[in-house]
Amino acid sequence: MSVELDVFVGNTTIMDKEVYQLWLNGYTVNDAVKVRIEGGVMEECEASAEVLLSDTMDQYRTFQMCERLLHHPAKLANQLLFQIPPDRQAMLIERYYAFDDSFVREVLGKKLSKGTKKDLDDVSIKTGITLKSCRRQFDNFKRVFKVVEELKGPLVENIRQHFLLPDQLARDYAAIVFFANHRFETGKKKLQYLTFQDFAFCAGQLINNWTVGAVDNMMEDMDVDLDKEFLQDLKDLKILITDKDLLDQHKNLVCTALRGKTNVFNEMEANFKNLSRGLVNIAAKLINAKDVRDFFIDLVEKVLFKLNKTTNRAEVLKFSQNINSLFSSQFIEPCRSDKLTSIDVNLYLTHYTNSAHILDTFK
Amino acid sequence: MPGKLKAKIVAGRHLPVMDRASDLTDAFVEVKFGNTTFKTDVYPKSLNPQWNSEWFKFEVDDEDLQDEPLQITVLDHDTYSANDAIGKVYIDIDPLLCSEAATVISGWLPIYDTIHGIRGEINVLVKVDLFNDLNRFRQSSCGVKFFCTTSIPRCYRAVMVHGFVEELVVNEDPEYQWIDRIRTPRASNEARQRLIFLMSGELQRKIGLKVLEMGGNAVVGYLQCFDLEGESGLVVRAIGTACTLEKISTFPATATHPNNSSPSKDMKEPGFGEEAPGVPLSSGPPTPLRAQTFSSFSPSKSYSRQSSSSDTELSLTPKTVGHLCHFCMIPPSPFCVFQEYPFFTLTAFPPGFLLHVGGVVSARSVKLLDRIHNPDEPETRDAWWEEIRQEIKSHAKALGCHAVVGYSESTSICEEVCILSASGTAAVLSSRFMQDGPLDTEHRFEEVVSPGCGFCHIPYDELNIPFPAQLTYCYCCRRYKVPDVLFTTIDLPTEANVTGKGCLIQARLCRTKKKAQGEGNATAISSLLPFLEYELHTQLMNKLKLRGMNALFGLRIQISVGETMLLGLASATGVYLTALPSPGGIQIAGKTPSDITYEQHISTMQKKINDTIDKNKELYEINPPEVVEEIIGSPIPEPRQRSRLFRSHSESSDEVSELDLSHGKKDAFVLEIDDTDAVEDIHALLTDSPTPAGFYSCNTEIMPGIQNWTSAIQMFTSVRVFRLNANLTNQGLNKIFSDLCENLLKSLYFKLRSMVPCCLCHLNFTVAIPEDELIQVAVTAVAMSFDKEQPLENGKQSGEKTLIKGKHRPLKAMSGIFPPHLSFLSSLSPSLSLALLLSTASSLEKASPLPEGRSRSLRSNRSYSGSSVAVVKMTPLSFIPGAKIIKYLGIINMFFIRETSSLREVAVSLFSDSFRSLFAMVRAHVAALGGNAVVSYSMKECVFMENPNKNQAQCLINVSGDAVIFVRESELESTSVQTQSATTHTSNATL
Repeated sequence: MSVELDVFVGNTTIMDKEVYQLWLNGYTVNDAVKVRIEGGVMEECEASAEVLLSDTMDQYRTFQMCERLLHHPAKLANQLLFQIPPDRQAMLIERYYAFDDSFVREVLGKKLSKGTKKDLDDVSIKTGITLKSCRRQFDNFKRVFKVVEELKGPLVENIRQHFLLPDQLARDYAAIVFFANHRFETGKKKLQYLTFQDFAFCAGQLINNWTVGAVDNMMEDMDVDLDKEFLQDLKDLKILITDKDLLDQHKNLVCTALRGKTNVFNEMEANFKNLSRGLVNIAAKLINAKDVRDFFIDLVEKVLFKLNKTTNRAEVLKFSQNINSLFSSQFIEPCRSDKLTSIDVNLYLTHYTNSAHILDTFK
Repeated sequence: MPGKLKAKIVAGRHLPVMDRASDLTDAFVEVKFGNTTFKTDVYPKSLNPQWNSEWFKFEVDDEDLQDEPLQITVLDHDTYSANDAIGKVYIDIDPLLCSEAATVISGWLPIYDTIHGIRGEINVLVKVDLFNDLNRFRQSSCGVKFFCTTSIPRCYRAVMVHGFVEELVVNEDPEYQWIDRIRTPRASNEARQRLIFLMSGELQRKIGLKVLEMGGNAVVGYLQCFDLEGESGLVVRAIGTACTLEKISTFPATATHPNNSSPSKDMKEPGFGEEAPGVPLSSGPPTPLRAQTFSSFSPSKSYSRQSSSSDTELSLTPKTVGHLCHFCMIPPSPFCVFQEYPFFTLTAFPPGFLLHVGGVVSARSVKLLDRIHNPDEPETRDAWWEEIRQEIKSHAKALGCHAVVGYSESTSICEEVCILSASGTAAVLSSRFMQDGPLDTEHRFEEVVSPGCGFCHIPYDELNIPFPAQLTYCYCCRRYKVPDVLFTTIDLPTEANVTGKGCLIQARLCRTKKKAQGEGNATAISSLLPFLEYELHTQLMNKLKLRGMNALFGLRIQISVGETMLLGLASATGVYLTALPSPGGIQIAGKTPSDITYEQHISTMQKKINDTIDKNKELYEINPPEVVEEIIGSPIPEPRQRSRLFRSHSESSDEVSELDLSHGKKDAFVLEIDDTDAVEDIHALLTDSPTPAGFYSCNTEIMPGIQNWTSAIQMFTSVRVFRLNANLTNQGLNKIFSDLCENLLKSLYFKLRSMVPCCLCHLNFTVAIPEDELIQVAVTAVAMSFDKEQPLENGKQSGEKTLIKGKHRPLKAMSGIFPPHLSFLSSLSPSLSLALLLSTASSLEKASPLPEGRSRSLRSNRSYSGSSVAVVKMTPLSFIPGAKIIKYLGIINMFFIRETSSLREVAVSLFSDSFRSLFAMVRAHVAALGGNAVVSYSMKECVFMENPNKNQAQCLINVSGDAVIFVRESELESTSVQTQSATTHTSNATL
C-alpha cells in the first residue's frame, strides 16, 4: 500500500516561507521534514509526520517548477502558470538571490567558470553550506554576471532592473560582478580578515569613482571596466617619488598637517618615503590587468602593514576610500574623505592627498 | 450568413526554442474556424514574435459559431522539412454570441500542447458581428445564456423558471478509431480535444434551442458531463434549468438614491407582476406570451456587440432600479412547473419558492455498454436516462412531492459496465403559481408559514408515510409535523433557522467484488448496490447523530465501479435545524449480555460515543434553544414574529425528555455490536478525527453560522492516488479508503493553516478506480477566511442582512483587499515603489479615460513592476465574499488532455503540471473575456491513465465555471462604473 500520487494545486500558489528557505539551503526533503518537525509545526497544527512529508514534497515540487522562472525574475511577473501575489514574488526573488557571506567570500574575485564550479564541493565542506546551495549561489552570480556584462548604463541599476532585486542586494551583486570581472585577488591569507561587506564597500567606491561610467555619465559605456585613461594618467604620479624636491615638499606638507594630531607621527614621518613609494607604485602599475588583480593584496602588504602593524578592518575601509580620492583627485573634486579623520591612517592619507594637491606639479 | 467572426493575431511571447542552432524560433500562426484557415506571416528568429496580423474574417452560420471553437495553431516554420507545431489554443466563442456577456476576447492566452504542456503565450483579439435572423426554424440558439451557477445568478432575477432541459450527443471516441494506430499521440489527442469542443458546442446549441422553445432565455445550473465509454463511444450530456432571466441594476441604490428607487420600483414592478401570472401555464402550443418573449429576445441578439455597455443592455429589458437585493424583490410568480420532468438543477432558491422538502430521492441502474451504431440517434442512451428520471419522478410522488430540486446525474464506467445515477430532493414548490402542476390541495398552505421552518414541514401524508419516520410537531411553529431527520441535496435555504454551525460529514465504503464479464458482472454489481447504499446511509446517519445534528444538506453520493471493487462516497453538510427535534444519542447494545468483560467493552464504547457527541455539540455550538412555555401553549402562533424572536425561543430540558419518552426507545439509534458491520461502523465513527482548531468544513455554498467572510479566498484541487495490496478484506479496504480521505483532509488543513480562521467550502470529493488496486480521490474546494472578532450571528440570515452588513464595513474590506501590495510597498524603499506606482498610473491614464476611482483601484492592483498578469480569482461557489458580481461573461468549459511518453516524467509532475496549466488557461481565458473571476467552478472529469508498458501516462481533465466581473463592495461605493469591460480591456492592453 502506498500513495502513488499526491498533488495539491491552488489557484494562488501556496508557498511556505520556511520550506522555501530549507529548499534554498539545499536540504533534502527528508532533512527538511526533520527540521520542520523540530520546529514544532506539527504540534501547532495537529499534523502528522505523514502530512508534513506530503506537504514538503509538494512544496519542493512547486519550487522546482518555479526555479526556471526565478532565473529570469522579470518572467515571474509575466507568466501565467503560477498565480503569485506581487509581494510573494518579491520575496521569492529576494530569497533566491540571497547568498551566504561565507560562501561569497570564497569565490569573490574568482573567474565564474566551470572550473570554479567544480571546486564548489571544497567550498561546501569548508563553509558548511550544502553543495546544492553553493551551486545555486554560484549560478546566480554567473547569471547576473552574464546578463550585465553586455549591458550599458549603471551597473547597480541594471542589476536591479533585470533581476528585480532590492537595492542593497543589487549593490552586493554589483560588487560581485565587479570583482569577478577584474579578478581581484581576495583569497590570500593576509586578506582573510576582510569580510565580503568590506570588499563590497570598496567595490562600490571603485565603481563610483574609477570606472568609465563614473567619469562620464553620458558615455554609453559601462560600469564594469576601469577607466583606462585614468589608469594611464595614474602613471604620472610617479613624479611624487622620483622628483626629490617634490618628495620633500610633499613630506613637509603632510608632516606639518599631521603634527600633534596623531600618536604615531614619528613613525609616519620616518616611513614617509616608503609609504609614498608603495602607494604611488601601486597606482602606477594599475594599467596592467595583472596588477589590478593584486590591488588589494598590494595595498595591504605594501602600505597598510608598513603604516601600522595592527591594522584593522575599519582602517582598510577608510583607507580604500582615501586611496580612491587620492587617485581620482586629478579628475574630480577631492572626495569627502575629509569627514573621516578620526583614524591615523585616514588622517595620513588625507593629508597625503591634500599635500599632493598643493604641490605645483599637480596644479 | 448570419455571423462574421473576426480574429487578429497580435503577438507571442515566451515561445520555446524550436531551432537548436540559433536558439530561436521562426513562428507563424494558423487560424482555423470550421473549414477555413488563415495564416500569418512568419516572424523570423524571435521568441517574442510581433505578428500584428490583419483581421482574419470568417463568414459563417451562427449554428457553426455555436458548435465550432476557433482554433489557433502556432507553428515553427521550417524551410526544408514539415513545419513543427508549437501548440494550440482553442477559443470558445460562445460568450461573444450573447449580447449581455463579453464583447471581445482579447489578451494573452497560453499556447498548449498535449505533450509538452504550456509553451508560451499568444495575444489575440476576437470579435463577432451577428446579423439578425428571425427564422423560426433556425438551428442555432445564439443569445441563450448559460450559467453553471446552481442558483439565480447574482445580477439577474428570474422572471420565470421554465424547468428541466436535457440533451445528449454521442460520437465515436477518436482514441479508439482504427486510425489511432497509425497517427501520433499528439494528433490523436488533438482530434479528441477538438471533437469534445465540437460536441459540447453542439450540445449547448441544442439545449439553447429547447430553451427558446420553452420561451426562456437562459439555462441556470448547467451541468455538462462526459462519459468516456471507451470502445463504444463518447457521450456528452447536459442537464440544466431553463429560465427567463432579467438583468437587474448592477448597483443597488440602497442609500445613495433613496428617493428615486421607490417610484421606479412602483412603476416597473406591476408590469412584471401582471405579465407573469398571466401566462397560461400549460405545456400545450406556444402561447402569446412565448411569442412575445421570443420576439423581445431577438432584437437583443441582433444588437451589435462592439459598442456594448450595460446601459444599452438594460434598456432592452424594463429597467428596475433600486433593488436592495434581487432575491427579496422577485416578482411573485417566477416559477412554473408544467413539464414532463419537474426537475430543477438549482440548489438555492429565492425565499418563498421552496415550500416543503420531502427528502432525497435517487435512482441507479447498471447498464452494459454496446457500440453506438448511429451517432445521430442516440436512442439507447436517451432511453436509459428516461427510465431513471421516471423512477425519480415516481419516488418524488411517493413522498407527496411534485418536483425534484437539486437534481443531478452522473455515471461510473468500468470496461463495459456503466452505472447511471440520478439524485435530487423531492420538494413542494410554491403552489400558488403552479396551476398545471400535479397539485396536492391538501398540502397547500394558504397562510404564510414561517420561512425559517416551513420547508421542513412534511409534504407527505402522515398516515401514509412511504418509509418509517418519526414525526413531531415543528419546534419552531408547533403547528406542522416535521421528520426527525432531513436529508437533502440542496443548499441550506438562507432563511432556515439553524442552531450552531455545520460540518462536513462523509460516509465511505469499499466493497470487494469478484471479477466478472458482461452480463454476470452487471448482475453482480446490481445486487451489491442496494447494500452499498444502505450502508452508506447508515454511516451517514450515525455520523450525523454523533455530531448531534439532525439534517444533511448538499448530499452527494458517488458510487464508483472497478474491476474488483465498488467504492461509495457520500458527502454532505450536517446542520442542526432548529425546527427538527434534537437527535437522540447512539446506543450500543450487545447481544450476549452474560459476559462481563464484554459488557465493559460496550460501556466504554458507549461512554466514548457519548463523550464525542458532547464534544461535538460544544465544537459546533449546538445548544438548541429552549421553548418558552407560553409559545407552545399559544394556539395561534404568529410565525413572522416568531422567527424574529428566534433568540428568545427556548425549550425546557424536561420538554426534551418528555419528547424522548413519547418516542420511547426509538429515538436513540441502536447499534448492535455483535454484528461485525456494526463494529466496523463504530470504528469508522470514532476514527473520524475532528477538524483542527480554527477550521470548519462543508460541501455546501455557505456555512451556517459564519457570515463575516473576509476577502481572502483560495481555491484548490488536490488529487491522491493510492495503491492497494491485493487480497484485502472489505474491512481492511474500508479502513484504507477512510484513512485516505481523512489524511487528504488533514493535509488540506495543514496546507491552509495560514488562513485560519477559515472554512473549507464546497468541498467536492470525487472518487475513481482508474485501475485495479488503485483508488483515486480528487478534491476541489475553496478556503475562505472569516473574521473571528465580529460577533457571529446565530442562525437565520437573509440576503438583505448580509448585504447591509457588507455595506457597513467598507473599511474592513478595504484593508482586506490589498494587503499584499501594501505590505510590499512598505517593505520596499519608498522612492522606488512610488516611482513604479507613478509609471503604472501614467501609462494607464494615457491609455484610457478611466473614471477617477476606477483607475485608482487598478493602479493599486497592479502596482508591482512589470506585473502584467491580472489576478483572476476562482471559486466553486456562486459568489465572492465582500464583492459584488456585476456581469456574467459566459460559461467556461474546458477539456484538457495531457500525455507524456518520457520515462523521467513521473505521474506526479504530469498531474501537478496539468492542473497548473489548466488553472492558467482558465484564468487567461477569463481575463481575455474581460473578467476577473470564475465562479461556480467545478471539475467534472479527472481521469488518469497509465500504460507502463508503453511508458505512457495520460491525464484528462474537464472543468467548467462562469466567467464574471466582480467589484469589491468597498470600491462600489466610491466609484460609478459604467463600462467595466472596457476598462478591464484597456488595462490588459496597456500592461
